[in-house]
Amino acid sequence: MNRGEPIIEFKDFSFQYNAQKEPTLYDIDLTIHKGEKVLIAGPSGCGKSTLVNCINGLIPFSYKGEIRGSLKIKGMESSSQSISMISNTVGTVLQDSDAQFIGMTVLEDIAFALENECVVKEEMVERVRKAAEIVGISGHLGYAPTDLSGGQKQRTGIAGILVDDVEVMMFDEPLANLDPATGKTAIELIEEVADKTGAAVIVVEHRIEDVLHIEMDRIILMDSGRITFDGTPDALLSSRMLIDGGIREPLYITALKYAGIEITEDKEPHSIRSVRLTDDDKAKVRDWYTRTPTIRPEPKTETILDIRGLEFAYEDKPLTLKGVDLAVHRGELMAIVGRNGAGKSTLAKTICRFEKNCGGTMVLMGEDLTGLSIKECADRVGYVMQNPNQMISKTMIFDEIALGLKLRGCDEETIKDKVESIMKICGLYEFRKWPISALSYGQKKRVTIASILALDPDIIILDEPTAGQDFRHYTDIMEFLKEINQSGITIIMITHDMHLMLEYAERAVVFNDGRIIADMTSAEVLTSPDIIGKASLKETSLYHLALMCGIEDPSSFVQHFINFDREVRS
Amino acid sequence: MKLLNYIERSSPIHRLNGASKLFCLLTWICSTMITFNTPFLLCATVLGIIAFALSRLKLSEQKGLLYFLLGFMLLNAILIYVFNPERGVELYGTRNLLYTIGGRFTITKEQLLYQFNVILKYLSTIPIILVFIGSTQPSELAASMNRIGIPYSFSYSFALALRYIPDTVSTFIDISRCQQARGIEMSSKESLPKRVKAAALLVLPLILGSVDQIEVITNAMELRKFGTQKRRTWIMSRPFKAGDYITILIGAGMVAFVIAYNVINGSRFWNPFN
Repeated sequence: MNRGEPIIEFKDFSFQYNAQKEPTLYDIDLTIHKGEKVLIAGPSGCGKSTLVNCINGLIPFSYKGEIRGSLKIKGMESSSQSISMISNTVGTVLQDSDAQFIGMTVLEDIAFALENECVVKEEMVERVRKAAEIVGISGHLGYAPTDLSGGQKQRTGIAGILVDDVEVMMFDEPLANLDPATGKTAIELIEEVADKTGAAVIVVEHRIEDVLHIEMDRIILMDSGRITFDGTPDALLSSRMLIDGGIREPLYITALKYAGIEITEDKEPHSIRSVRLTDDDKAKVRDWYTRTPTIRPEPKTETILDIRGLEFAYEDKPLTLKGVDLAVHRGELMAIVGRNGAGKSTLAKTICRFEKNCGGTMVLMGEDLTGLSIKECADRVGYVMQNPNQMISKTMIFDEIALGLKLRGCDEETIKDKVESIMKICGLYEFRKWPISALSYGQKKRVTIASILALDPDIIILDEPTAGQDFRHYTDIMEFLKEINQSGITIIMITHDMHLMLEYAERAVVFNDGRIIADMTSAEVLTSPDIIGKASLKETSLYHLALMCGIEDPSSFVQHFINFDREVRS
Repeated sequence: MKLLNYIERSSPIHRLNGASKLFCLLTWICSTMITFNTPFLLCATVLGIIAFALSRLKLSEQKGLLYFLLGFMLLNAILIYVFNPERGVELYGTRNLLYTIGGRFTITKEQLLYQFNVILKYLSTIPIILVFIGSTQPSELAASMNRIGIPYSFSYSFALALRYIPDTVSTFIDISRCQQARGIEMSSKESLPKRVKAAALLVLPLILGSVDQIEVITNAMELRKFGTQKRRTWIMSRPFKAGDYITILIGAGMVAFVIAYNVINGSRFWNPFN
């Protein structure tokens, strides 16, 4: 392609944080040109966040460390500039759109950078208006962040960097907190804004398939502080680099490989819409699908929790749950999905008695939960918050897991036996003497799950169990949950992650506007355009692949893939 | 129930600049707190009520803050009497006994006037506080503080607090419920010391969560050039109009009067007993 002039140039660049013994980045050679669209991917800890901070100037100005080699931004050595100078060239939208939102309203947040540059009010109003128009948030200028959806907050974030005519827009995990459909819109918006402004785009994301929904010029793959790949998406997908790098392949690519098709660059595999399949390839896919019969998961039937006509409203607000009927079966691994605000979290909080004053009944093995206190309910239904840091109140692992038992008046001996056996189940026994602060995010997650398991609940509800985790940690956490599930505990997960739902949940309950609109297998949900549209989900690329290959029952094809994939991976 | 409750409405008070309102509020509070000039306090009370009427706010809209301030006033009045029932006698230098309840608890004209003054101090400021809170957009507050001379980094941290308080509160509620599920009793069933101890368990997760959040917010602000210039502009600022100058004059006039009265009279007290 015809590349513009270089804007960001790394040459033999290394960086070592002052507090660390080893460099975090080694020998980085990377040039990003005007108007280019670049995706940076890599597992957690590969150095991509550090690379981002080098590009936006937080390194070396906020985070101190030793730099070797050179990084030029617009032809000038970055360390001789300042954060604010670099910000005129590179605009960064952070992952956490709530923390990124600094102003009290959309208007103030977009104007924030201009205010800090002492731009006069009349000019500010004009530039804010323009930026808001580009991202399509003009109708919400007076809104406070609490009244905005995740997608709208992100639009505000983008407008906030566009007021400065930046030449590079950098997005740190832009899809992390969005529901699937909003994520799709967000990535399309990024492309649209880039086309309108001519700015280069850098997206840091491990959900490669979702980002490649738009045309990216290049993918940079990182591992252990080095760049391991720098080339076109087609070249990457036709290599083994992704799997070796601990990153999830697009599902249709995995399916094609299972069918025995060799992925080559000339097939243009970067997106399900671009991939070229010959009639021979299609026949191979059909053959793979029909070679072995597709077994549907046996639905569980013994009802453990029976919810009838459940209604709930936050004070002075309209009903959030509008009559929910749901029978949870013993030993199930269920996913609850739907757009933000559809009532998923409210349902979980109502079941756990965090929210009281509900209408309807919830009967757990013959006992009505609506009469119980939070504490009593926790002996039957455990709730695991998304952020483990918000659940942990002790400094030592043992004390944390023992807390619930101590508060229930168990004797020392019982507590010790119980906690030790739970630690063994959760793979925490070797860390039993460690302080919690020394654990990784995933290990902390295990601690929080362990502390809930200690109370012997029949059901565990988890809110986004794998949010923000790379493929390896995702697999770790989910395989762990699957083991717990197989030991007989019923698990309900609230999630936006379609992969999680597809790979692990045998049953998917879809929420929309306070009601359940679908209750079927995950494969069926993700191949039903009607439900997908209503609940702000996204169809899996396997669905499109099935259609391309002329398979009549896409949901059965998807199920076949899940079964096959399980077997291959185990 | 919210303590800070801005009500969007069209009124001459709403149209005033936040900075002039803030200036007037501060001078108003200063002058009424300093003086014990009863006629002045009566005038200020009437003026405050007029301002409240002009603002077209309703008392019912500011219930939370109103009850809080009135409760505080009542508590203050009772405590003053209990601690020293003859404080007025000491201050005014005369003693006109009206009635003796028993022991040291007497009722004198001086004490009545003194306590009447204290209550008037509250009554003259409460309407103005309600007007200020109800008619000033929270967004405009920081700009106003900066305008009357408070450094912008300080003013902005105030705005940031207002921005993140709702988030922090909802996080805290979630944390608290999770801990209650573990078995910590936070309801009134438990004794107060135990509840305080339980609340301490909630602090660690809240702090750990907040520290992460603060780092991200600081980065977000730096990346958008906060703190690079000596001053900053505010998109929510508004130009001064005639009404703003009048407002500032009223505030300045009140302080000037109180100071002049203190100097000429030689004391803060308006004394009808001599």
